Amino acid sequence: MTVTLPPYDEVVARYEPVIGLETHVELGTKTKMFCGCPIDFGGQPNTRICPVCLGLPGSLPVANKAAIEATIRIGLALNCTIATWSRFARKNYFYPDMPKNYQISQYDEPLCVDGWLDVEVEGEIVRIGIERVHLEEDTGKTQHVGGATGRIHGATESLVDYNRAGIPLVEIVTKPVPGTGALAPIVARAYVTELRDVIRSLGVSDVRMEQGSLRCDVNTSLSLPGEPWGTRTETKNVNSLRSVERAVRSEILRQAAVLDAGGKIKQETRHLHEETGDTRPGRSKETATDYRYFPEPDLVPLAPDPAWVASLKEALPELPRVHRKRLQTDWGLSDLDMRSVVNAGAVELIEETIAAGASPRAPASGGWASWPAAPTRPASSWSRWVPRPRRWPSCSAWSTRASSTTSWPAPYWRA
Amino acid sequence: MPVGVKDIVATRGVPTTAGSRILEGWRPPYDATVVERMRAAGLVMLGKTNLDEFAMGSSTEYSAYGPTYNPWDLTRIPGGSGGGSAAALAAYEAPLTVGTDTGGSIRQPGAVTGTVGAKPTYGGTSRYGLVAFSSSLDTPGPCARTVEDAALLHAVLAGHDPRDSTSIPQPVPDVVGAARLGATGDLTGVRLGLVREFGAEGAEPGVMAAFRDGLDALTKLGAEVVEVSCPHFQYALPAYYLIAPSECSSNLARFDGVRYGLRVGDDGQKAIEEVMSLTREAGFGPEVKRRVIIGTYALSSGYYDAYYGQAQKVRTLITRDFTAAFEQVDVLVSPTTPFVAFPLGSRTSDPYQMYLADLYTIPTNLYGGPAISVPCGLSEGLPVGFQIMAPTLADDRMYRVAAALESAVGTLTPGELS
Repeated sequence: MTVTLPPYDEVVARYEPVIGLETHVELGTKTKMFCGCPIDFGGQPNTRICPVCLGLPGSLPVANKAAIEATIRIGLALNCTIATWSRFARKNYFYPDMPKNYQISQYDEPLCVDGWLDVEVEGEIVRIGIERVHLEEDTGKTQHVGGATGRIHGATESLVDYNRAGIPLVEIVTKPVPGTGALAPIVARAYVTELRDVIRSLGVSDVRMEQGSLRCDVNTSLSLPGEPWGTRTETKNVNSLRSVERAVRSEILRQAAVLDAGGKIKQETRHLHEETGDTRPGRSKETATDYRYFPEPDLVPLAPDPAWVASLKEALPELPRVHRKRLQTDWGLSDLDMRSVVNAGAVELIEETIAAGASPRAPASGGWASWPAAPTRPASSWSRWVPRPRRWPSCSAWSTRASSTTSWPAPYWRA
Repeated sequence: MPVGVKDIVATRGVPTTAGSRILEGWRPPYDATVVERMRAAGLVMLGKTNLDEFAMGSSTEYSAYGPTYNPWDLTRIPGGSGGGSAAALAAYEAPLTVGTDTGGSIRQPGAVTGTVGAKPTYGGTSRYGLVAFSSSLDTPGPCARTVEDAALLHAVLAGHDPRDSTSIPQPVPDVVGAARLGATGDLTGVRLGLVREFGAEGAEPGVMAAFRDGLDALTKLGAEVVEVSCPHFQYALPAYYLIAPSECSSNLARFDGVRYGLRVGDDGQKAIEEVMSLTREAGFGPEVKRRVIIGTYALSSGYYDAYYGQAQKVRTLITRDFTAAFEQVDVLVSPTTPFVAFPLGSRTSDPYQMYLADLYTIPTNLYGGPAISVPCGLSEGLPVGFQIMAPTLADDRMYRVAAALESAVGTLTPGELS
């Protein structure tokens, strides 16, 4: 069925989009969430495993304190209230990449609640409400082989690698964000970008979307002005900043076309197709699994000491937006120029260049802001930029994790 | 010293079936903490003992590998779920065994075989390596022919284990010293609490008579008997049969044929869900399926508050009953089980009749305190157990009273063996 999509500007003039984002961040702790297995990517499949993360009968989880600390720091950076009493819960469902057929997660007693993150969009600050920040364990990875597409259909066998099973995963859920109108896709992207930068500045994850250490689910709904919010859809595993923007935009267009034709939006999970930029339905939410959450009896409740939380708050680094503000002042840039630098992703580069001896006044005199256009400069001016730091970006506190790929290794381990 | 180990406790390289087909042939790559401690103390593993599948049952008839018989009468059950551990002691096949107690699985088999079975304080012995049935209740503990033997094994098994988050980081009470003190036969000043509400439940007359004899013996040693009220104990059985199945429905989800154990229906055609389903259909017995289904239902959205949530509230009330009772008395006492060993097959058709076997043992599990069963006499020629329940972390108290009772009434040995 081909649906002719209406023009975007026309759609957002009539419909009010509401967005919401769920972001998963893999923490860069030395060991897994509930066992002592090392977290280092690139290992042979099923070599970073033990009885605990394999869920062998009789094994028991022990919570990783560093992961709890990292989660609380993320919560603090997002202006959340840190719970004085928090519990893990079991989320029950059957899936072969989940060793216990339940995931240890958090349900109604998360570690951090009720915060916000300010995001700058076209010179305006948009405050995104944070519903909750909680901690859970990642699952393993399934690979379907023998088919043409790598998908389950047509595959002759499925292989599971449990190296990822049990890696600590922080889930950050926003409150619904209404009122952004035509800017909704850009706001979504700006939020994920800012969130990524905040988490990176905390040094708790390498937050690489392309490697899956930051994953995003995007909720979108449309309603007519003054009407109650519409039914939302959830677009899963959006794996780049550009895709976050595209997912919202394409859902706005698709939903508008459905509504315009007198149809109803189904509450469902959808997947973004990178090639076409449109979303297609996944499983229907109406028949979604009942996860039968209940408090995890193998773990004791968490009661973070308020003094400890206060000391973590005290020790938070300067957050990216504040940091950028300070740089702007130091460099003497106008708002517009600074925005160009940020949009070009050049902040760290300029910082390092200045740290390497360049004058901060030089950029103020007009060069830095137009940096993306730099190739038009005379070749000689480039020489002042070197030596450019080889590691980019160089913030050494980021991660001790290997920079090797997390993508699936060659299937030679099958033997 | 050889020790029999209940086959739900992981033993490195030695098949650990939990009494289930679904784990047939599975050899754990590690030892449970209690087995590690046992070995470190120089104890040798003699073998694995039979049990109801995944420790769910009160007769050992639900073992996928066939029933165990009671050495006192081979037509009768040895109790459960740890019938194998108790029968091995009663038949002099092993001097010591390790059991696990979720709702009475150490104590009730001890009672009906004339042996001693102790459930330590929850968290006093590590659960690491116990194939989980109900995580918030499971407790490994010692089984023996005498109270002192049980205390000696208790001291070996117990202690903090960082691999079990619910393990208590405190020193183990001096259970051996307490057992030896009790054996001197002096209980002057010790207050025994008789739970009023248990009286109304009606144990068999012969069981009550033997229990009364035990109580009289303790009174003669100087103990004082006080009646206490624990009004919420009457809800213990229904609460237990929501909490334990709920946890079991989740704990047993991992048995799906994907990683270890039985796999059925993997013909290269069927989808993974079908293989999981066929494996679980073939691998689990009727009682396990019943509890998985009950637990799945109790945790379902829309029913959680009415069932699991409500049961947890009852659990809190039962804990309060214990706390209040222990302000008046040092220990609580009762028969361990309402009836003597029943004939094989007589209760399998009615789950509720089977569940009644744990009527007196379950409240302690919901509370988390320690309790011990020690023989107090015979009824119809079959052993009767006397249960002593103590406050959490006061495991030594129950050993003192149990040893005193043993010093007065002696140990029991099946006729043919004596």
